Formats: sequence, C-alpha cells, structure tokens
Amino acid sequence: MRTFLLFGAVACLILGTGFLQSWNSALLILNMGLVSAVMALGVNLQWGLAGLFNVGVMGFVALGGLAVVLISMPPVGAAWAAGGGQILLGLVLGAATIVGAVLVWARTLGRVRGWATAAVLLVGLIIYRMVLDPAVDAVESVDPALAGYLGGLGLPVLLAWPVGGLLAAGAAWIIGKTALGLRSDYLAIATLGIAEIVIAILKNEDWMARGVKNVIGLPRPVPYEVDLQNDPAFVERAAGFGLDATTASTLYVKLEYGMLFAVVLITLLVLAQLALKSPWGRMMRAIRDNETAARAMGKDVTARHLQVFILGSAICGIAGAMMTTLDGQLTPGSYQPLRYTFLIWVMVIVGGSGNNLGAVLGGFLIWFLWVQVEPMGQLLMSVITAGLVDGSWLKDHLLDSVQHMRLLTMGLILLLVLRLNPRGLLPEK
Amino acid sequence: MDLLNGFVALANFVLIPAIAYGSQLALGALGVTLIYGILRFSNFAHGDTMAMGTMFVVLITWGMQALGISFGPFPTALLAIPFGILGATALVLLTDKYVYKFYRAQKAKPVILVIVSMGVMFIYNGLTRIIIGPDDYRFADGERFVISARTFRDMTGLEEGLAVRTTQVITVVTAVIVVAALFWFLNKTRTGKSMRAFSDNEDLALLSGINPERVVLVTWLIVASLATVAGVLYGLDKSFKAFTYFQLLLPIFAAAIVGGLGNPLGAIAGGFVIAFSEVGITYAWKKVLTYFMPPALEPDGLVQILSTEYKFAVSFVILVIVLLFRPTGLFRGKAL
Repeated sequence: MRTFLLFGAVACLILGTGFLQSWNSALLILNMGLVSAVMALGVNLQWGLAGLFNVGVMGFVALGGLAVVLISMPPVGAAWAAGGGQILLGLVLGAATIVGAVLVWARTLGRVRGWATAAVLLVGLIIYRMVLDPAVDAVESVDPALAGYLGGLGLPVLLAWPVGGLLAAGAAWIIGKTALGLRSDYLAIATLGIAEIVIAILKNEDWMARGVKNVIGLPRPVPYEVDLQNDPAFVERAAGFGLDATTASTLYVKLEYGMLFAVVLITLLVLAQLALKSPWGRMMRAIRDNETAARAMGKDVTARHLQVFILGSAICGIAGAMMTTLDGQLTPGSYQPLRYTFLIWVMVIVGGSGNNLGAVLGGFLIWFLWVQVEPMGQLLMSVITAGLVDGSWLKDHLLDSVQHMRLLTMGLILLLVLRLNPRGLLPEK
Repeated sequence: MDLLNGFVALANFVLIPAIAYGSQLALGALGVTLIYGILRFSNFAHGDTMAMGTMFVVLITWGMQALGISFGPFPTALLAIPFGILGATALVLLTDKYVYKFYRAQKAKPVILVIVSMGVMFIYNGLTRIIIGPDDYRFADGERFVISARTFRDMTGLEEGLAVRTTQVITVVTAVIVVAALFWFLNKTRTGKSMRAFSDNEDLALLSGINPERVVLVTWLIVASLATVAGVLYGLDKSFKAFTYFQLLLPIFAAAIVGGLGNPLGAIAGGFVIAFSEVGITYAWKKVLTYFMPPALEPDGLVQILSTEYKFAVSFVILVIVLLFRPTGLFRGKAL
C-alpha cells in the first residue's frame, strides 16, 4: 500500500512537471530517472543485500559508456591500418607482463622473489611502451579533428548494453579480488580509486575513445527526429493528436527510449526480486547480518561477496551504457563523483536500502529533486534577494550560487533521512 | 656525465616539489588518521573540511589585502590562518554536535558514520561553492622565490637552475612545526595521553575516568587545525579550487592507509611515500638521466613512466600493493 502511494506520488511529480513546464522535460526526467533507478538497483544489490560499500559507481558507469563507443561506432579503417594491430599486440604484451609477474611471484621463494617479480615487471613495461607508444601516435594522428581513434566494431548499439555490463564486471572482479575480505573502509577507498583511474584512462587514451575530444553522434536504437518529421505518415498521426511535427517527434523519440529503459529496469527488478527471495538472497542477508556465524556454517563469505559485487557493478555498467546511448555522446570530462557515485548512494539510502522497490523509488525521486532543485532555488533566491538593490555584488553572487544549491540540498536530504528514518522510505521487509 | 648538474636538476624537479607535496599530504593524512583512531570511522568529508578551512583563510586574506595589511615577504595568508582555524573549528564542532554526536550515542556501526560523513561532504562542498564559487583562486602574495633559477645559476655557475619557491619553504617549515607540536601534545600532555589511551582501548579508558566527550572535542580541534593548515599550504603552493580539494581525498586516504590507519607516524611516512611516487613516476626523467648516463646510453624518449594525468593511478597502485601484501600498513596501524 505504502509502495503504491509513494510510487503514485512520484508519478504525480513527474506528470506535474509535464503539465506545468513541458512534456519534453517531464520525459527527460523520466528517462534519466529510469537509468538512475537501474544504477540504484545495482548499488542496492551490493549495499542493501550484502553490506558492501562501493563508492566507485562512477567508474562502472563510465565503463558502460565506453562500451557504447567500442561496440556501436563504425571502425576507422585508416587508424586500424596505421597501428591497430600493434596497439592490440601492446595490450596483450602488457597483460602478459602482469600475468608473468603474478606467476613469478607464485613460483619463486625467498629473496629472489621480489627482485625477479620487479625485473619481470620492469622489462615487460619497457617492451610494452616500446610497442604501444609509436602505434598510439600513429593512430592518434589519423585525421585528429574527426577521428584519431580506432573506432568501434560497428555493431547494433543495443548490444553495447550487456557488453557494458561485462566490462564493468571485469573491473569489479579485479577490484574485488584485491579489496574484498579486508575491512569495509578499504573497499571504499579502493573503489573510489578505481573510479578515478577509469575516468583518467577515458580522458587520456585518445586512441580508444578520443579522450576529452569526446565521441559524438553515437548510433541510436530509435529513429532520428528529422526522419520522423520528413515522414508524412508520422506528421499525419501527430496532427491527429493535435501536435506539430517537431514536438511530436521529440516526444516520440523520448518515449521510445523510455520504453526501452523500462524493459531493462523491469527485467532487472524482477530478477533482483527473485534473487532476494531465493535461498541465495537469504544466505546473502544472513552473511550481511552476521559474517562470523555464516562463516561458521561453512559459507565462503569472500567468494559470495565477490559474486554480488560483480553483479551489482555489472548492473551499474548496463545503466552507464544506457545513459550514454540516451545522450548520444561520450564526454569523459562530464563524469563527476558527486553526481555519479554519491548521488546514487543518496537514492539508495533515501529509497530504503535492502528493498529493491525502494531503490527504484529513490532513483526516481532523487533524480526529480536533483533536476528541480535548481529552478526552485532560483525562485527562493529571487525572493530572498528581492529587497537588495539590482546589480549589487551580493545579489549577483547569491543568484550565481543557485546552481550549487543542489549539492547542499542532497546533503541535507541524506542527513535528515539517516537521522529520522534510517531505513528509508520503503524499509526492508 | 655531469653529476653536479644532475643532482641540481633532480632536486629542482623531483625532490623539492615532492617534499612540499608530501608535507601537505602528511598533514591531511594525519587528520584522517586521528579521526579514524579516536572516532573510528573514515571521514569522507575531510577533503571538503580542508576546502572550507582554506576558504575562510582565502576570504580573510582578501580582506587583509584590501585593508593593506601584509606580512612583508611572506604570504598574507599566514596571518589569516588562525582565523581560518577558528572558522573550521566552529564548523566541525557544530557538525559534530548536530550530526555525529547522535550516532556516537547510538554506538552506530562505523560504516553508517562513513555514509553520514558523505552527507556532510555534500553539504560542505555545496557551501564552499556557494560562498566562494567553484573556480580557481590564487591567494599567494609576497616574495615568490627564496632562490630563483637565475640567481642560483649566477651564484654557482652551473648550467641547471634550482628554484626554491617561498611557498615550498613555508610548507616544509610549517609542517615540521605542526607535526612536532602534535607529537609533543600526544606524548607529553595529559590530554594527549588520554587521547592515545582512548584510541587504544575505549572501555579501559572510560574505566579510568577519561571523559570521552572531551577527547572527541580535542580531536576535532586538532583535526580542524590540521585540515586548515594542510589546505592553506596546498592552496598557496598551487591554487584553491573546491573540486581539487575533494579529489585530494584519494591520495590522503592512500597515505593514511599505506602508513597504517590510526597511526600518526605512519600517516607522515605514507604522505611522503605517495608524494615521491607520484612525482617520480609522472616526471619525465630524460633531463636528469642525460646527466647521469654516459653519452652513449643517453635515452631518446622522455623516460616518463606515466603521464601526469595518471597521478591518481599512482596512489591507487601503491594502495593496492600495500593492501595485498601488508593490509595493516607499513607501521602496523590502529594504535595511536
């Protein structure tokens, strides 16, 4: 009942935006709300179900975005000819170095061990750079204004969503192997670090996804507005609803995105609910509540944690791929931890950690607030500053700072919920 | 081969910047490690506490500059630090009273406190941006160099210059004074000893009549001072930008963990380990190596292991290595 009421309230908020502002912004909020809900679902799996503290959501989301470029963009033939194979060879050599170092570490003993491992790493690094660097230069000098990267595989963009999940899962495996089983703070710092590194790689490895030059014009799974406007059948149908072709086409495209996202969200939600109610879910919660007891019952706690950490991160990766598809561009410079990591945490905590529906609700609600706090703040500030002289520096300063109000608001919401209602809007059953 | 010039180049480009940066990180990590030792949680708001403290100092510095107050060859900001510390102290004490105290009374799990500190982080971050704005601000004034590269070259007749900036000297001197004072306080005074006892074993400390609220109060005082000083030194050396301070969280935490969380000595060592590796790995060694190598072996490339944008990767890799091989840190953490 409570669930219905709260979801109804959020639906009203979004519909209200449609009536009061415009349907385009309402649909925008809805679409990003769907994406945010998927991210929150992933974090909830880790935190709500297993008590794992992941503050690297941004990194997994960005990996999902990278997957979209790697899968859907057409390959740049000239760049591949210039040094594609050599780059791949370099990467393989780099990976081989790490595997070799691990093997040397595992097979040798005593004083030789450290030196031998270091030697393997050093020699491997030098060879790796010698192979990779010229190839990277060659690739990046191929038509740098438009390409300068290898491009993708030219496959359908929807395929990028699961691939984004796989990429994120791979990163999660690496990080989980090192940091799980240690104290929870260590996992937090390690995930914070991996997120920064993923962003640094995206920004600097131009041969992969053009770095800060951004990849724009990603293929879309839905028709383009222009094509719709030139389609007489569509214009006629739009006129039937009393809409002009431009508005109708933008709404139609957004609706179609919304439908695709909803399918993903509902699928994942159903799976998450089934998992929660399965013996596996009960075991995870038992581990969360009392690790020692679970261990005494013969459960491999670290392995289970690794499992759920990978699953949750994969969901974040899928959401990241969806978001980049919606944006139609990959802009590594726009990934900010406050927006992509900590905001998702606010969603999960406010919605109700441990409750999948709660996470989804939190995703919609907090995203709505994140978008709408700015106009509300603008209104508030103009009321506050109404008494001040126009053009006084204080007034200008206060009006300028409105855009930063949302951080403050989110912090307040998080602290208030934690204090007054720590189990969230929809508590775990 | 020209060893003398080589050493000068090494000092100029690697040693001096790394020592200055290491001192800043060490002060930051000390704050994190003290909170961890006494209040027993990882404070995610620490970077933004530094930003808030520095912001107070920047605003007061601007005020002083407008009034024509200056500190001769030293940056005016040094005069403003005490006021900044006051501001930061008031801020963290208010935060403690209205936010953290509740969870302490409840004996909440550490991870809950970490999430609470995330909320505090949002609020501080928003406040900083609202009050001063999100841009880059420079507030260093006074003499720029103790020795400029040209003076050094004229003085010694060497090819390589050695530039020592005033801010770098101030950073190191201040850090040494602050650290010495802190260790004197922790080891010699009654309050300091009660803090160490509290960190070692909370129950025993309570049994022997130590007032926990007082310990917490003193801890926040010290942390606010450390954060402000660290932030101002970093800001003087580079510049003040809210987002950069937020990002400092990663190297600071890496330093604290590498040294051993809860161990002040470890925090200092960790700060320098991180700083030296960051500078050493992102520096293009060609210039220095040409002096040390015989001409036949001179490198052609830049001999830069990673480009400077990957400096976060360096702190991270060191962190991972320590976590894998010595999870308690270099100095066996968790004993103040």
